[in-house]
Amino acid sequence: MIRHLGTSVRVTAFSIVLLGLIYPLAMTGLAQALFPRQANGSLIAVDGKLVGSSIIGQLWTKPRYFHGRPSAAGKGYDPTATGGTNLGPTSKKLIDATRKTIAALRAENPDAMGPPPMDLVTSSGSGIDPDISPESAYWQAPRVAKARGSTVASVNALIAKQVRGRTFGFLGEPRVNVLEINLALDGVKPQ
Amino acid sequence: MTGFGWLQAVIFFAIVLAVTKPLGTYMARVFEGERTWLTPVLAPLEKVIYRLCGVRDAEEMSWYAYALSMLAFSLIGLAYLYVLLRTQKWLPFNPQHVDNMSPDLAWNTAVSFTTNTNWQFYSGETAMSYLSQMAGLAWHNFVSAAVGIAIAVAVVRGLVRTNVKTLGNFWVDLTRCSLYVLLPTSIVLGLFLVWQGVPQNLHAYQAVHSIEGFAQTITGGPMGSQEVIKELGTNGGGFVNANSASPNENPTPLTNFVEMLLIFSLGAGLTYMYGKMVKDTRQGWAIFSAMAILFVAGFAVAYWAEAAGNPIVHQIGAAGGNLEGKECRFGVAASAFFATVTTDTSCGAVNSMHDSFTALGGLVPLVNMQLGEIVFGGVGSGLYGMIVFVVLTVFIAGLMVGRTPEYLGKKVERREVQFAILAALVTPVLCLVPTAIAAVLPAGLATLGNNGPHGFSEILYGFTSTNANNGSAFAGLGPNLFYNLLTGVNMMFGRFAVAIPALALAGALAGKKAIPESSGTFTTHSAIFVALLIGVIVIVGALTFLPADSLGPIVEHLLMLRGKLF
Repeated sequence: MIRHLGTSVRVTAFSIVLLGLIYPLAMTGLAQALFPRQANGSLIAVDGKLVGSSIIGQLWTKPRYFHGRPSAAGKGYDPTATGGTNLGPTSKKLIDATRKTIAALRAENPDAMGPPPMDLVTSSGSGIDPDISPESAYWQAPRVAKARGSTVASVNALIAKQVRGRTFGFLGEPRVNVLEINLALDGVKPQ
Repeated sequence: MTGFGWLQAVIFFAIVLAVTKPLGTYMARVFEGERTWLTPVLAPLEKVIYRLCGVRDAEEMSWYAYALSMLAFSLIGLAYLYVLLRTQKWLPFNPQHVDNMSPDLAWNTAVSFTTNTNWQFYSGETAMSYLSQMAGLAWHNFVSAAVGIAIAVAVVRGLVRTNVKTLGNFWVDLTRCSLYVLLPTSIVLGLFLVWQGVPQNLHAYQAVHSIEGFAQTITGGPMGSQEVIKELGTNGGGFVNANSASPNENPTPLTNFVEMLLIFSLGAGLTYMYGKMVKDTRQGWAIFSAMAILFVAGFAVAYWAEAAGNPIVHQIGAAGGNLEGKECRFGVAASAFFATVTTDTSCGAVNSMHDSFTALGGLVPLVNMQLGEIVFGGVGSGLYGMIVFVVLTVFIAGLMVGRTPEYLGKKVERREVQFAILAALVTPVLCLVPTAIAAVLPAGLATLGNNGPHGFSEILYGFTSTNANNGSAFAGLGPNLFYNLLTGVNMMFGRFAVAIPALALAGALAGKKAIPESSGTFTTHSAIFVALLIGVIVIVGALTFLPADSLGPIVEHLLMLRGKLF
């Protein structure tokens, strides 16, 4: 047993150096050299100021912008407190909150067609989902158009341009990145 | 359900099937000490490790010495991680100035990562320094996976060898697995994940101000290097709290697909390695088939339930499948699929919150774990867990026809069956007894996130997951002293109380002589055997867990249909 323990200590120490330090640090070096934008969080700057990350969702409240999904991350879209509601299908708390969300969405979007799509009334798993479904974007289009004094048709055309389809035609779901479409609405070119 | 959802599943399975043989062949070469294409690069490093660590690589070990080495190594790793978490505040690579962890939480986390469980009662983004993530958790992700595979290889050797007492050398298996299998894959696919958007940096979190003027803190860290081994080693412990639901860990549908492949590929490859090592690949494919059938059945139910959605939400005016706790880029199909994959194996990474699944959608991950994580399973632990079931099946088949049961030319006798039963009893006992205790203690009910039957499901899921070394959660269940301590003990037994009987079983089998096949020998690579094996797994699982599952997800489903809220 003593011998096993001695070997254990040595194997532990050696493998920590190799797998716990050299490996991740070398990977960091490689990643910074090969893919610096992604490795540093896919940050987006406008006029030299950082406004967000293209992979992290944000809170949007003004009618002239597309809104994301409800978020359970901290006070909303907090990347340091990621997570979902973790409420089950028979949770009164969940159903009450969903009912409120639906009512608020209806009030903000009086001209929207049909019931709100499911992703707009449910919290994501991460609380920082950067996307909404194309249906949710089209559903909000009348409100965005009205707030901007433009036509629904022109907003719809922008959505159509921004939709990302399934990867290779079959992976995942079609989606619209909320930050990117809002920057496009403002006509801002992100750096 | 959509055609795209099923297409993803079909293509995924085709790829798993395609990599099973090459991966299995490669691993068989690695563990039989033969040359591989990486030998010229890695052999010198391997030799240095043996010399520096005092490993006598030519020395063979009995099952007992093998188990002792494995226990000693795990114990040192456990103590090391505990100390690291208790002192991380004063150590380097801590740009967020993360504080030291409390003793009970550090114990829980240290056990969790040592046992390949990766149950997480903490939030990575605020509770872990980068050093703890890299040199603590990710290091454990490598070695706990390698330990699992090493045990599986030793168990297979026990089946192959005759008239000997030894099962190989633990240190050599551990080293070769880390160097030849885990490290090269992690380097290549880790960089792939970064290319797709997973951060890999060492600086502090970045403050940004949104267009509407809200402040936001963008998290970072050495995530890519950890994400890849987290999936490959079926560990599942997220860098951040939301795990693979977070766009940091899993930014695109393609990373999602690759992460699922990483979770499944070694487990699938090990079945082929098994066939290769026992010199009859049909035996490996028989096990593969049994796993595949259970896998498809689980996905079909989960996908159907999640696509159907929550009727209560439909009544209050929203349409569609259940997206609560799911990400837009994955949708219902890829989320139900990930949930099935991660619980068939002992991975436990999640790309959606299982707690918010519909009742039957949540039942699938629960049942997958209750069956003992043998559907491809944890790397290594899935194979040796399945071999335990194979021995039981052979025994039951022998009883049915009144012959002495044999497997691979070895008589299965009293001792072997005792060890197999012991290993098979661990899951039900350690899952159900603590659940019953928690359900009647105030401390067990204090941190539930949901009321009614769903609250019970949270407890049941918690103990099932920890003892199956899965680590996924109905995450509404919060930590307290009671859960930190009890789930810690549970994870420990879940790992070692299966691994040690499995090694003992292998030791007993290695000492036996081979008997020639006769006309009365029950073939263990036929469709009949696969059906019988699935039957044994399902019946043992159902008889044990149906009563408990009825009190949780099953009754909740019936109440959900009637619109009852808690």
